[in-house]
Amino acid sequence: MVRAAAEMMRARPRLRAATLLFFVGPAFLIYGLFSVYPLASTMVLSTYGTNAAGQPLFVGLGNFVTLLTDDSWSGPFWNALQNNVVFFAIHMAVQNPVGIALAGMLSLPRVTGRHAYRTVIFLPTMLSVVIVGFIWQLILSPLWGVSEGILETIGLGHWFDPWLGQETTALITLSLISVWQFVGIPMILIYAALLNIPDDLTDAAQVDGIGHFRIFWHIKLPLIMPTVALVSILTYVGNFNAFDIVYAVKGAIAGPNFSTDILGTFFYRTFFGFQLQQGNPTMGAAVATVMFGVILIGVMIYLFTVQRRLQRHAF
Amino acid sequence: MARYRIQLVCLVLAGAALLFAMDHARAQTLRIESWRSDDREIWTNIILPAFARHHPDINITFTPTAPTEFNASLNARLAGGTAGDLITCRPFDAALALHTQGHLAVLDDLPGMEHFPAVAKSAWQTDDGKTTFCLPMASVIHGFIYSKEAFEELGLSVPETEEAFFKLLDTIKSKGGYTPMAMGTSDQWEAATMGFQNIGPNHWKGEAGRQALIAGTAKLSDPPYVATLAHLARWGAYLGRGYKAQSYADSQTLFSLGRAVIYPAGSWDITTFRSQAPFELGAFRPPLPAGATECYISDHTDIGIGINTASKHQDAARKFLTWMTTPEFATLFANALPGFFPLSTHKIALEDPLAQEFISWRQTCKSTIRNAYQILSRGTPNLDAEIWNVSAQVINGTMTPSDAAARLQAGLEKWYGPQQK
Repeated sequence: MVRAAAEMMRARPRLRAATLLFFVGPAFLIYGLFSVYPLASTMVLSTYGTNAAGQPLFVGLGNFVTLLTDDSWSGPFWNALQNNVVFFAIHMAVQNPVGIALAGMLSLPRVTGRHAYRTVIFLPTMLSVVIVGFIWQLILSPLWGVSEGILETIGLGHWFDPWLGQETTALITLSLISVWQFVGIPMILIYAALLNIPDDLTDAAQVDGIGHFRIFWHIKLPLIMPTVALVSILTYVGNFNAFDIVYAVKGAIAGPNFSTDILGTFFYRTFFGFQLQQGNPTMGAAVATVMFGVILIGVMIYLFTVQRRLQRHAF
Repeated sequence: MARYRIQLVCLVLAGAALLFAMDHARAQTLRIESWRSDDREIWTNIILPAFARHHPDINITFTPTAPTEFNASLNARLAGGTAGDLITCRPFDAALALHTQGHLAVLDDLPGMEHFPAVAKSAWQTDDGKTTFCLPMASVIHGFIYSKEAFEELGLSVPETEEAFFKLLDTIKSKGGYTPMAMGTSDQWEAATMGFQNIGPNHWKGEAGRQALIAGTAKLSDPPYVATLAHLARWGAYLGRGYKAQSYADSQTLFSLGRAVIYPAGSWDITTFRSQAPFELGAFRPPLPAGATECYISDHTDIGIGINTASKHQDAARKFLTWMTTPEFATLFANALPGFFPLSTHKIALEDPLAQEFISWRQTCKSTIRNAYQILSRGTPNLDAEIWNVSAQVINGTMTPSDAAARLQAGLEKWYGPQQK
């Protein structure tokens, strides 16, 4: 008995290594192969350029210097970054508060048609961006769209403009289309978090005579802050990686006059080229690396300043 | 009984397969790489059978790839040695790159090459113009398509000069009921292609102006270019309401519904309107600026064909290309695809009256190609993309013509040596 136990003790480290390998190995392999390796090789690629004969040539940080200092690269780059910040800001200012409000209303004790609302609001999220882009282009079209007629019936016909075609309004319009599509995500996440809050807390508040709004504001909202933070960081990553809605509605050239150009479309034009502009994979890799950096910095700020202060409430 | 029948069927099939295989072993089989998947029927049913009547020993198949994947998949196949024998060529830099890498054979001594004017060949030549590596196949011509019915109703006639053109637009606008011109600036390329490159050649005198830009003896900020952009700046007033958010498909629909009178066109639109617009169509060429006597048209080289250097059937491929220089091919191709015009100098009979109108301008006007395509779009910023951008902005009224011209010149000067002097 004793000998057997001792044997097992000796065998244990090897057993533990084997178990570790068994459980972690596959994930490590898959992430390494399909996530880490492409990322690393993109970064390596970004340090190359091509000489006149088209042969690869090591240029170190040359591409990044060009990207940030050469007018014809830095102009579009800063423009895209700035537009991306606006794109993100609109999502933070509209999508998430609206999502929270919708979740708050859905989780009230008595709501008729709760499931129907939940489904309908979540529905656009499941549509393809191409379809969403097409639908909204039609709705907003000054030629065949319904939006002008709708505005006219409520006496605001003179407010109508070709919003998707003007430099001043195109980006905001596109952002709002994207908000419309994805508002279901914060709603559903926060709704789930709200359902987790035990009824005793709200019941106690109700006994004390507090209304639904104050219950939400003072009790529920602080309790779901970790989820709100999570939604914010998801929005951040999603927005700085965004590409599809702009591409679907305005194409890779992100008009008018690049007013809807975000990092994703800028990267696309650089890497794959556009019309007569030949693609430039090495410069494209540099743009991709910068995009990765932007997202990394944002996520780190979040991790070190927000995440650590959050208190999780276990019920 | 049933078993015998199956055996019989098998026997017949095997026999047919054997015959087929023998036939193939005797004939040489060549494959055409193309991005024109829309034209598969036309090639398979009309063009290739016509060639087969002359050369029954050469068997050619047309195997297109989707346009967006063509360049990438062709490159992969060329690298892997599995590409077809004949390769459809994109104009300028894309095909030039294939030639530089040694994939496209030199065609200078191809019999029949003499039927093509220099401007047609320029799209598939080395920069010094000494080596040609693709046979020019088709071009597209710019101009204006109009509704004959609306012209009659409003008592209008075709404008010759810019002055008459704007007067015409004013008349349509003042009479109401119609949108004078169907074009939007949302997609930007129409502003550049159907706008700038359409009316511009009359200002910069076609080839002379284009060559001067390449040589560095003229600038994009010179009067002809400012005048072109100034002309475009006046278009905004005559386009449909909300033209800033109007896409290419919107413009086509607006015109084919009969709600607009004039459509700034590329000849490739002919096919679309033939199937969609229920009224009679006419066309007029870009109007002449004040004082101009000679007219120029954008007769843009769009598609060519070359021979893969790795092909085992060089002779057969050259025979096919030689046949493609004949009037027979030109007639077949032009009538199957009205709006894509053969580039050879043969006189051919076109059946479509609208296509006839377009091609007739070649007799009275001088042809040129889009000025940003050769050499000038190799740097950053890309000249072609810049032209899209400023043309749309000028029409939208967010940029003045002189600022736009200055921006084009500044962008070109930034990287193009001959312009830096």
